[in-house]
Amino acid sequence: MSFISLLWVLLLGSLLGLELIGKVPPTLHTPLMSGANAISGITMLAALTLLVKAGGNVPLLIIGSVSLGFALFNVVGGFFVTDRMLAMFSRKPSKKK
Amino acid sequence: MNLPVIIKFVIDLLAVLLLALGIKGLSKVKSARDANRLAAFAMLLSVIGLLSYYLGTSGIAIQSWTWIIIGSIIGSLLGAILAKKVPMTSMPETVALFNGCGGMSSLLVAIGVAIFPISNSLENFDFFKSLINEVSISVSIFVGAITFTGSIVAMAKLQGWLSTPAWTQSKIRHFVNIIFAVASFLAFFDLVNGNTNSIWLLVIASSLLGIGVTLPIGGADMPVVISLLNSYSGIAAAAAGFVVDSQLLIVAGAMVGAAGLILTQVMCKGMNRSLLSVLFGGSLSAQSTASGASGEYTNITSCSVEECALTLEAASKVIIVPGYGLAVAQAQHTLREVTKKLEQSGIEVVYAIHPVAGRMPGHMNVLLAEADVPYDQLKEMEVVNPEFPSTDVVLVLGANDVVNPQAKNDSTSPLYGMPVLDVHEARTVFVIKRGMSAGYSGIKNDLFDLPNTSMVFGDAKKVLTEMIGELKDLGVGEK
Repeated sequence: MSFISLLWVLLLGSLLGLELIGKVPPTLHTPLMSGANAISGITMLAALTLLVKAGGNVPLLIIGSVSLGFALFNVVGGFFVTDRMLAMFSRKPSKKK
Repeated sequence: MNLPVIIKFVIDLLAVLLLALGIKGLSKVKSARDANRLAAFAMLLSVIGLLSYYLGTSGIAIQSWTWIIIGSIIGSLLGAILAKKVPMTSMPETVALFNGCGGMSSLLVAIGVAIFPISNSLENFDFFKSLINEVSISVSIFVGAITFTGSIVAMAKLQGWLSTPAWTQSKIRHFVNIIFAVASFLAFFDLVNGNTNSIWLLVIASSLLGIGVTLPIGGADMPVVISLLNSYSGIAAAAAGFVVDSQLLIVAGAMVGAAGLILTQVMCKGMNRSLLSVLFGGSLSAQSTASGASGEYTNITSCSVEECALTLEAASKVIIVPGYGLAVAQAQHTLREVTKKLEQSGIEVVYAIHPVAGRMPGHMNVLLAEADVPYDQLKEMEVVNPEFPSTDVVLVLGANDVVNPQAKNDSTSPLYGMPVLDVHEARTVFVIKRGMSAGYSGIKNDLFDLPNTSMVFGDAKKVLTEMIGELKDLGVGEK
């Protein structure tokens, strides 16, 4: 992958991100932040790549593993907590009365 | 092109598409929960894509597997446990903690690659490529470290573990932060020049910069900072994508980075603050006491819980304005008890939600939903404002600045222009508050001086518990 095409990827990705969130009801600010935060844990892919390419280099393996742990803490925790918040919204308002 | 490459390409493409749909869906109430799951699925898919690619090409050594499994199990388990256990009221600091860990992950990857260059970056070595490599490693370290320390400071401040040291409110802090920034940039360029040793200077200087920038910011502005740091962690992920040559990482990181920036801006607008003043202005209360905007209260009426209950009983329409104090007192369930009683005796109850009510935007909705308040009773500011003149009683629970009429009437007030709830237009206003202390802004609230406002002093939870007793004595809600 040439550097130039990676830059294109960066540019288009940023534009996509800017377009995706136009109007967000204030209700969803907290869940959206938490959900986007979980997605930013995608660095787990970098940690995985590091681990696969580390070969027999034990210090690098440890760094990669700790990094993967941090990333997954972010991803798994982030998605679960977002789901917990959103589950409260989805309760039917007509439940009572 | 061989098969593993094609498979990975297709999976990556699909994952990007699903992530984009996920972020999009998260901004609508109806689709939010499914969108969150969709995004989670896309992440899983991307891992499968990556692992299958390496299995199909270079293979994955047993050692690698061992460390992959150790890291994933510990990280996922801790994350899942924390996510299940944490109370809804401490959501802001939880998001900050998760975010800091994402930054830490990018930081570690970059450090690992910098110290032990992986085979990929050395094959067909050329100057241009190695320069890009160094730059992306440096960016990843710089942004990752700031994200990590900044988020941890934000979390500690929100938890109350850290207070705001006095020196951080003076001008010295700009000087200190500039030193950290300059040190970071020197180390940055040194690292790009190929001097690997300066990596530690970069790590330390940018970590300190993260602390120095976040420490002076007051609790009210913290959600904006967390949102901004969230955007940074996306940028850190994109930089890590350049380091390990992964398009998927770059796209996803850039998407989160840009979306986070927009969200930050939306939040700032809701709080009537500019991003610059949040970042460099220090805490708002320090400014306003200096500018002399505070004044003495002249006409405070205080009343007992009993009087308040009597007025409520006679009302036909009540609007509740919940705020930060309610969230801190964790009184949302007790509040629900009170409103249930009122509803049972035919009183119309509506909750007026200011866009920044609670401890972060949208937080109040989460808390009230947790207490089983029907979704259709929660009304946003624009919808509820015209209703105040026809309302008998307004109960303000632990909210302050968001009901200050100064924002409308007094063009010299620092709050001027901030969208507020027009509670003063209602017939009677009860403000339940622990004392006369000012809100975040440190500004005198003109509402408290108005003749139709009465103060009920006490902790929100305690007052509401007493209120239930009083209402019971009056026979409200018993049929």
